[in-house]
Amino acid sequence: MTDLGPLVPRQRDMHPVPYDPDYKTSVPRSPKWPLLSMESTPSEETGPRFGHGVIGPLDNNLMLNFATDGSPAIGERILVHGQVLDEFARPVPNTLIEIWQANAGGRYRHIKDTYLAPLDPNFGGCGRTLTDDQGRYQFLTIRPGAYPWPNRGNEWRPMHIHFSVFGHSFGQRLITQMYFEGDPLIARCPIAATIKNRSQLDRLVAPLDMPMARPLDFLAYKFDIVLRGRRQTMFENRLEGL
Amino acid sequence: MPQHLSNLTETASQTGGPYVHIGCIPSFAGIEGVYPQDLGLSPIQPGALGQQITITGQVIDGTGWALRDALIESWQPDSAGRFAGQPGADPAVSGFCRFAADKDSGEFCLTTVKPGAVPARTGQMQAPHISLWIAARGINVGLHTRIYFEDEDNSADPLLARIEQRNRVSTLIARKTGEGAYRFDIRLQGEGETVFLDI
Repeated sequence: MTDLGPLVPRQRDMHPVPYDPDYKTSVPRSPKWPLLSMESTPSEETGPRFGHGVIGPLDNNLMLNFATDGSPAIGERILVHGQVLDEFARPVPNTLIEIWQANAGGRYRHIKDTYLAPLDPNFGGCGRTLTDDQGRYQFLTIRPGAYPWPNRGNEWRPMHIHFSVFGHSFGQRLITQMYFEGDPLIARCPIAATIKNRSQLDRLVAPLDMPMARPLDFLAYKFDIVLRGRRQTMFENRLEGL
Repeated sequence: MPQHLSNLTETASQTGGPYVHIGCIPSFAGIEGVYPQDLGLSPIQPGALGQQITITGQVIDGTGWALRDALIESWQPDSAGRFAGQPGADPAVSGFCRFAADKDSGEFCLTTVKPGAVPARTGQMQAPHISLWIAARGINVGLHTRIYFEDEDNSADPLLARIEQRNRVSTLIARKTGEGAYRFDIRLQGEGETVFLDI
C-alpha cells in the first residue's frame, strides 16, 4: 500500500554553515554558489550495504582492537552507546557506524599528526559496528584527550569522537562528532560553533549515562543519531515534466 | 495550539577533519592490523561486466591548491543500471568505493566499470553517472556531486537540465583522455566551481 518515497530534503539551517571565517580551513574549501536542489533519485536512495561478514569480533572494542602487547589501551574506560533513528523516529537497523578518535593524551595515530603527546602502543583509534534490529550500537573505548590545533592563536579541540554513519541510502551519508557533557572547551571551539542552531549543537553532546556504567569497569555515554528519512505515503505520484 | 509533530531533526554534520582516514581508510593513516582490509577498496571484482574505466582527478580549493587530505566515496550501478542488491545486478559490482587524495600530489584515482543509465522518479532516464560524496577538513557538511561522461549522450539528463548557467554543466562531465580513461577535477570554490547537489 505504501511506497518508500524520496528522501526528505535536508534542512540546511540545522547543519553547520559551510563558510565560517573562525574555522579558517572552511574559507577556501566552501562552495560559493548555491547547491542544486532536486528530488532524490535511485542514485541517492540506494546505497552500499555491509554484512556481518565484514565485522570482526573486536571491531567495536577500541580498548583491545590494537592491543599489540595484549594490554588494553591507556585512559578512562568508557562505553559509548546509542540508537540510530530516521527523521520519522524509525530505527535504522543493520547500518554501519565507524568511529575514530585521539588517544587519552590527545594524539591521533596518523602519519600527519605530530603533536608531542605520545602514541599509546596499544591504541589504534578506529572502530566499527553494525546497528542491531532496533538501530542500537555500542563501542567500548577510552575517553579521548583534548588537543591543540592550528587555527587561531591558542586553539584546542574539546574531547570528541568522530562518527561516520551510512544509513541505507547514499543520500543519508553523515559524518559528525560526539562531544562529552561538561567539557568547557565545547563553547570555545570554532568547529562546534559552525553549527549556529544551539539545540542542534547540544544534540552532539553525549550525556553521562550512569545506569549503563559498569561498576569497577567503565563509565557510559549515550549518543543517539538521527539520519534523513524517506517519505512513506500512498501518494508518491510520479511528477511529470519537472 | 496545534497537535505536536513527533518527527525528529537530522543530526548536525561536522567536518571529518584531517584524520578522517583513521576511521574510513585506516591503512592510509598508517594503521594496519585492526581490520583485515579497508572497506570499499574497489567497486568491482574481477569479471565485472561492462567497460572498465579509470577516472583521475584532484579536489581543488578556492586558491587553486589541491587538497592532500580529501576522502571521496563513490556509488554507482552496474553496467546495466542495476544497483547491488537489486534483482539481476552483476554480483561482481558492489558499486561502492572509497579513495583518498594522494598525500603528496593530491591526485585521486577510481577504477571501475562504466555505469548504466538509471531512471529518475519521474520515469525519465538519467544519463549514466557516478555519485560522489566528499569529506575533508574544512568541509562542514559532506558534498554530493556526480560524474557524467563526455562520450555519453547527456542532452536529456533531468539533473543537468536543471542547471541554469549552462556554462557550469561541464563541471559535472568527465573529460575523456584516452580509451577508458577520464579526467574529473572537483573545484570546491572559485573559477569553474563544481556544481554540488542538495539531493
